[in-house]
Amino acid sequence: MLEHDVLVIGAGLAGMRAAIAARSGGANTAIISKVHPVRSHSNAAQGGINAALTDRGDDWEEHAYDTVKGSDYLGDQDAIEVMCKAAGQALIDMEHFGVTFNRDDEGKLGTRAFGGQRRARTFFVGDFTGQAMLHVMFEQLIKSGVRRYEEWFVSSLIIEDGQVCGVMALEIRTGQIYAIRAKTVIFCTGGFGRVFEPSTNALICTGDGTALAYNAGAELMDMEMVQYHPTTLAGSGVLISEAARGEGAYLLDKDGNRFMEKYAPNMMELASRDVVSRAEQTEINAGNGVDGCVYLDCRHLGEALIMEKLSQIREIGIDLVGCDMITDTIPIRPGMHYAMGGIRTNIDGQTNLPGVYAAGECACVSVHGGNRLGANSLLDTIVFGERSGNHAAEAARSIDYVEFNVDQAVRNEEKRIQELLDRPQNGDRIAAVRLGMGDTMNRNLAVYRNEEGMQETLADLNELEKRYETVPVDNKGKVFNTDLVFALELGFMLDFATPIAMSALDRKDSRGAQARTDYPDRDDENWMKHLVIKKGEVGPELSYAPVTVTRWTPEERKY
Amino acid sequence: MDVTLRVKRFDPEAAEPEPYWQDFTVNIEDNGTVLDALIKIREDIDGSFSLRCSCRSSICGSCAMRINGHAGLACKIQAPTAIVNGVITVEPAGNMPVVKDLVVDFDSFWDKIMEIEPYLKPEGPEPEAEYIASNESMLHLSGVTSCIMCGACVSDCTVMEVDPTFLGPAALAKAYRFTADPRDGDENGVSKDRLEELTKPSGMWDCTRCMECVTVCPKGVAPMDRIMALRDQAMAAGFTNTNGARHTEAFSESVEHSGWLDELRLVPKSVGITNLSALAGYAPIAIQALTHGKMPPIIHKKIEKAGNVRKLFDKIEGPKRH
Repeated sequence: MLEHDVLVIGAGLAGMRAAIAARSGGANTAIISKVHPVRSHSNAAQGGINAALTDRGDDWEEHAYDTVKGSDYLGDQDAIEVMCKAAGQALIDMEHFGVTFNRDDEGKLGTRAFGGQRRARTFFVGDFTGQAMLHVMFEQLIKSGVRRYEEWFVSSLIIEDGQVCGVMALEIRTGQIYAIRAKTVIFCTGGFGRVFEPSTNALICTGDGTALAYNAGAELMDMEMVQYHPTTLAGSGVLISEAARGEGAYLLDKDGNRFMEKYAPNMMELASRDVVSRAEQTEINAGNGVDGCVYLDCRHLGEALIMEKLSQIREIGIDLVGCDMITDTIPIRPGMHYAMGGIRTNIDGQTNLPGVYAAGECACVSVHGGNRLGANSLLDTIVFGERSGNHAAEAARSIDYVEFNVDQAVRNEEKRIQELLDRPQNGDRIAAVRLGMGDTMNRNLAVYRNEEGMQETLADLNELEKRYETVPVDNKGKVFNTDLVFALELGFMLDFATPIAMSALDRKDSRGAQARTDYPDRDDENWMKHLVIKKGEVGPELSYAPVTVTRWTPEERKY
Repeated sequence: MDVTLRVKRFDPEAAEPEPYWQDFTVNIEDNGTVLDALIKIREDIDGSFSLRCSCRSSICGSCAMRINGHAGLACKIQAPTAIVNGVITVEPAGNMPVVKDLVVDFDSFWDKIMEIEPYLKPEGPEPEAEYIASNESMLHLSGVTSCIMCGACVSDCTVMEVDPTFLGPAALAKAYRFTADPRDGDENGVSKDRLEELTKPSGMWDCTRCMECVTVCPKGVAPMDRIMALRDQAMAAGFTNTNGARHTEAFSESVEHSGWLDELRLVPKSVGITNLSALAGYAPIAIQALTHGKMPPIIHKKIEKAGNVRKLFDKIEGPKRH
C-alpha cells in the first residue's frame, strides 16, 4: 500500500518547498506530479523575486505597503505581513541552496526595479529566475529523500467522513490506477491559465488541484481576479518579462509615443500590471495600436545589457515573432497570465477541509488581492510552500490514516476512466471544446468586462459543459495516453470556469484586475470584500468574507 | 500555411510493436513552430499521437526530439525553416528507449544526473547572509544553470551511442556547475571530491570532443566546453594520474619540444609505461598500423622551426614553466 503522512500534489516551487519542509519536519513525505518536477511552470517566471533586505536599507513594511496598494486593497494585510517579513530569510535560504543570483559590485545580491514598487527589491538570475530557482529546488528535493511520483496524474481526491484519506492517481507511463493513502494533502498545482486562450501559461496549467479541491467541498476565493500581463506576444501569448521594463524599456503606441505618461506620470511603464494593461487596451481600442498590439522598445538599453540580463526573452522574440529586441521593437499586448484567486487558505495553507492544504498560485491566502505585483509570485510559492509543509507535517503526527476500501476505490476509478475511453467517436474533439472555452473567457473576462459579455460567457460555458459530456478519447491504449489526460484536464477546467465568470459578474465594482465598463469605479463601501464560492447541491454558491485590514486603510491608487 | 511532417511513430501496445513512419499535413500560422504543427496533429487529426510539451517557450525542456536528424526543441524551431525536400522529419530523441511515439524514457538520463550528487556541497560554515561572490562568477555559472535538462545533448552524444556507461554531456555540465561554484567545496571553492570522482572511467576523460552537444544545445550551455574546463580543474587540483591527464601532458610535451606529435610514444605515456596489460591491448592496432604502412617513425625528429612552436607555448603559458 502506498501511504504517506504528507502527500504534495504538484512539483513546482511551492510543491517542492512544501515537501522539503514536511520531510525535514520528520514526516513520511511524497510528491506527485503529472510532469517531471523540472518541467513545472515555475520555470517561466522570468523577472525575479521580491524581498526587502534590511542591510540594504529596505524595510518589509514598505514592501507590504506596495503589495497592499498593488492588490487594490483586496489583499489580506495579515497574510501580506507574514509574506513580506519572511521574504528576506526565504531569499537567503534560496541563495544558500545554490541559486546563482546576479550580484552587485560588492559581491552581494543585486537588485532590479519592478512594477508597482517604490524601491528596487527584486533579486534575479538574468531573465530566468524561476528556472534557476526551480532546478535548485529540485536538487534540494533529491537531497531531502522525498519519495517522488513523476508523471502521475491525480484523478480524484478521496474524503471519508469529512477527513481527507488520499488520492486516486494514474501512472501515465503504464496507465495503471493506484490509490495513495495520505494523512494530509497539499495542493500545489499552480495556475489555471489554460481556461483562457491565449495565455502565457504552459499547456499543463489546467488548475487540476483547484477543481479537485472545489469538487470535494473546498472554498474558492477571489476567482474573478485574473491578471492580464502587459507584455505578451501576439498569437501564442508567450510572456515577455516585466524585467524588460524594470531595466528601462518603453511602451510605445503606433506613432512612437510613450503613452504611459497619460496614465501613470510618476511610475510610467513601471506602474502596477493592471494599470499598464488597462492603458494598453485603452490605446489599442482607440486605434493607437497596430494589429491589436502596442510596442515594447528595448533598443536604447544597448546590446551589452540585453545580453547580460535579458538574453532569454531576446531569444523568444527572435524564435516566435522574428524580432530582435536589440534592433527592433516587439509587438505586445495584454494577455492572460496569473490567477490571484484560488483555493481559500489561512496563512498556514489550511483550507476549510480537514487535512487539505494549498500553496502557491492555486491557493488564495490572500496576498495578491485584486492584482499581484511582479516578482511576488515566486516569493509566495516559497514562503507559503514552506509554511504549509511545516504545518502539514506537524498535523500528521496526531492524525491516523483513515481506512477506506482501496480495491473498491481502484475499481470505481478504473470503471470511470473506461467509460470515458468507451465513448462513441462522434462527439466534438477535445480541442474544439477547450478552444471554445478559452475563446469565450478571453473575449468577455479580459481587461475590460461588462454584464452582457459575462452573461454570454456563462451561457457559452453551460453549452460547452454539455458538449464535454460526449467528447471522445481517440487513444484507447494504456501507455502514455495523453489524450485521456487532456480529457480529464478539460473536465477539471470546466468545473471552475463557471465559478470564475459568476464571481466576476457578481462583483459590481472595478478593483485590481477586474475593470467593469458598467461599474467603472472602486466601491469600498460595498465591495471591499472577498467573494467566496463553494460547490452547492445545485451549483456554485457565492458568499462574502471580510478583507483583513491591519494598518493600511484604502486610498486612491495613483502611480 | 500547410506543412507536411514525416513522423516516426511507435505503439508498444500494437500486436507487433515496430516503429513506422507516418506523414501528416497540417495548417499553421506562417511563423508557427514545429511544435505548433505537432500539436495540430494531436488535436485535430489523431489524439493517440503522444509527445511531451508544455511551455512553448524553450524553458521547460519537455519537447526535445530529433528534427531532420538533429536534436532540438520543437517549440524553438520555426516550421518553415525546417522544411527539407518538402517535409519536416521528426523522430524521438536518441540514446534513450522509446516509450511511445515521441516520448522517450528519461530514467537513464536522470540516473546519471543523480550520480554526480547534484546539489551544492559547501564544506565550511554557512554565512548568516548571502555568500559574497563576484557577479562575473555568477554570470559564468548562469551560462550553465540555464541548462533545462531537455536531453538534446544526450540524444546526439556520439560517445553515449557506443558506451552507455559514459556520464554524458548533461551530467558533466551539471557537475561543472558545482565544481565552478565558489560556494561548493573547500574554502577556496575547490571541489576536490567531485573532481576525483569525475576523473574515473566513464567520466570527464571519455568525451571525444565531437562537438555535437555544443551544436544541438538549445540554450547555449556548450556542454563540451564545460567538460574541457572540468579537465583543467582536475589537473590543477592534482588529479594527473589518469590516462586522460597523462595523454594531455604527453601530447603537449611532444608538440612543445619537437613541434609535432610523437605518436609512437603517446600511447605508453598515456596509459603508463608499466601498465603492460593495457599496452598489450593496443597491440592489434599497432600491428594493423604496421601492416598498412602507418607506423609512426621510431626516431622522432624535431621539425625545422620547433623553436617557434616553443615560443607559442611561452606566450600562452608564460616562460616560467621551464
